[in-house]
Amino acid sequence: MRIDLDVIQEWIAHGSCVLDLGCGDGALLEQLGKNKAVTGYGLEIDPGQITRCVERGVNVVEQNLDAGLGNFSDGSFDTVVMTQALQTLRHPHLVVEEMLRVGRDCIITFPNFGQWKARWHLAFSGRMPVSDLLPYEWYNTPNIHFCTFGDFEVLCRERSWTILHRQVVCESMPGGLLKEYLPNLFGETAIYHLTR
Amino acid sequence: MGLVTPKRHRFIEPLALACGRVLQDYTLVYETYGTLNAQKSNAVLICHALSGHHHAAGRYRPEDKRPGWWDHYIGPGKPIDTNAFFVVAPNNLGGCHGSTGPVSINPDTGKPWGPDFPSLRVRDWVHSQARLADLLGIEQWAAVIGGSLGGMQAMRWSLEYPERLRHCVVIASAMKLSAQNIAFNETARQAITSDPDFCEGRYLEREKLPRRGLAVARMIGHITYLSDDGLGRRFGRELRTGSFQQGAEEVEFQIQSYLRHQGDTFSNSFDPNTYILMTRALDYFDLAREYGDDPVAAFANARCRFLLVSFTSDWRFAPQRSREIADALMHANMPVSYVEIESAMGHDAFLLPNKRYENIFLAHMQRVAEEKF
Repeated sequence: MRIDLDVIQEWIAHGSCVLDLGCGDGALLEQLGKNKAVTGYGLEIDPGQITRCVERGVNVVEQNLDAGLGNFSDGSFDTVVMTQALQTLRHPHLVVEEMLRVGRDCIITFPNFGQWKARWHLAFSGRMPVSDLLPYEWYNTPNIHFCTFGDFEVLCRERSWTILHRQVVCESMPGGLLKEYLPNLFGETAIYHLTR
Repeated sequence: MGLVTPKRHRFIEPLALACGRVLQDYTLVYETYGTLNAQKSNAVLICHALSGHHHAAGRYRPEDKRPGWWDHYIGPGKPIDTNAFFVVAPNNLGGCHGSTGPVSINPDTGKPWGPDFPSLRVRDWVHSQARLADLLGIEQWAAVIGGSLGGMQAMRWSLEYPERLRHCVVIASAMKLSAQNIAFNETARQAITSDPDFCEGRYLEREKLPRRGLAVARMIGHITYLSDDGLGRRFGRELRTGSFQQGAEEVEFQIQSYLRHQGDTFSNSFDPNTYILMTRALDYFDLAREYGDDPVAAFANARCRFLLVSFTSDWRFAPQRSREIADALMHANMPVSYVEIESAMGHDAFLLPNKRYENIFLAHMQRVAEEKF
């Protein structure tokens, strides 16, 4: 299980109803179902991932997040989760608004474009960063809206979203040690728990 | 699937129908594939669509040109795996392939029922299928599965007998027909009833058959089961005969001859009154009508898990119709998965080979087979 999924699990209440946007292979929902008696649905568009969800018995609905969440009514979920998909959306800010409309709270994880490796890459090679976490070239990447932790927090303030929890993940050194002190420089992945 | 043999059973307990009339007794023809396990927990019901029947898989004789209508999806190692499941495929009441219907003899008159056969609703089929389940000793289906009109039966099962199925698989279906759908059905019925040989439905007594009308009805239906893109790829503007050269004979496009062939083949094997009856059942179906027109309230009665499948180029039962089912189920907090399969084959896609459809269907049914309950 990925570290970010472990953290998310901590923040989700037992027995709650969860909507997982861009649920991938359904690992999170499966774990939440087993460990926390969580019910809910995953939304996904990748055919291979959808099949894996079905193999696991995870409820998955083929739906493109860029088309919005208009088919879900206000407050119909306890928590709406979106892991590592924010940067792929056409209108990330509107999707987060929708997440907060549909759920009581929401949990979002995204890769930090402000991490030192990315800064180093851009500053010294003059090229867009390519790393194991973000292995794409600028022209073929599905990641079209990058942000840093700092950018995201500005958005939260502007939109008056309340940050309930924030955690920074970095599995490699030296970020693993330094992420607490300079999260925007050393954190690889951010996990935010938001509410209105 | 190897060779199969249809079975039949005469049910002597009267069946009260949704229209208010009662069928005193009736016969259902059905086929079964695979073996019912000792717990009788591996049974799967296949609900057929408008022009379907009980011959869903396998062949009657080795020399049969075509296997059953869903042979691609039913059989050993296929999504509906006959090594794992005991598959039951009935011909619906009102059909014309052996179950009691308009071509059967009305015991009160000694003549074919014809137009006097009671009008049927989807729920009547569900109730008669439940009696078939009783007969076979099946208390609970592992899954009830259907495409199109068959999907409507599967959904109705989940509401009428919530405890009697664990899974409901609804493929290329809808909670109700749109006005456009009803319009197509009405045009098809008009084609049949305006054929001079229709004789107000009593053609069998008069030893006639409104073949031309039924063929036109089928042609109309067939166009709506295919997509513009699919037809274009297959036929384009190809000519079968003639040319546009001056003085040449009249041209015939390939699509014309194809459609006529479809119509003619169908009208030699299907009963016009059954066609009218089945299209009416389609038109009348409205899943939520008796639940205050609220599909969420309707599905709140279900107890099973749902798998919904739609096909991108299906405009007769468009993906949007399936999304409406998914939304209603999610609002009712019911377990549901929904997939939209890329296909150029229109509504007919649910019968045809398609890698992604097969994968999802197989993954789901394996899950159903392995499930502990």
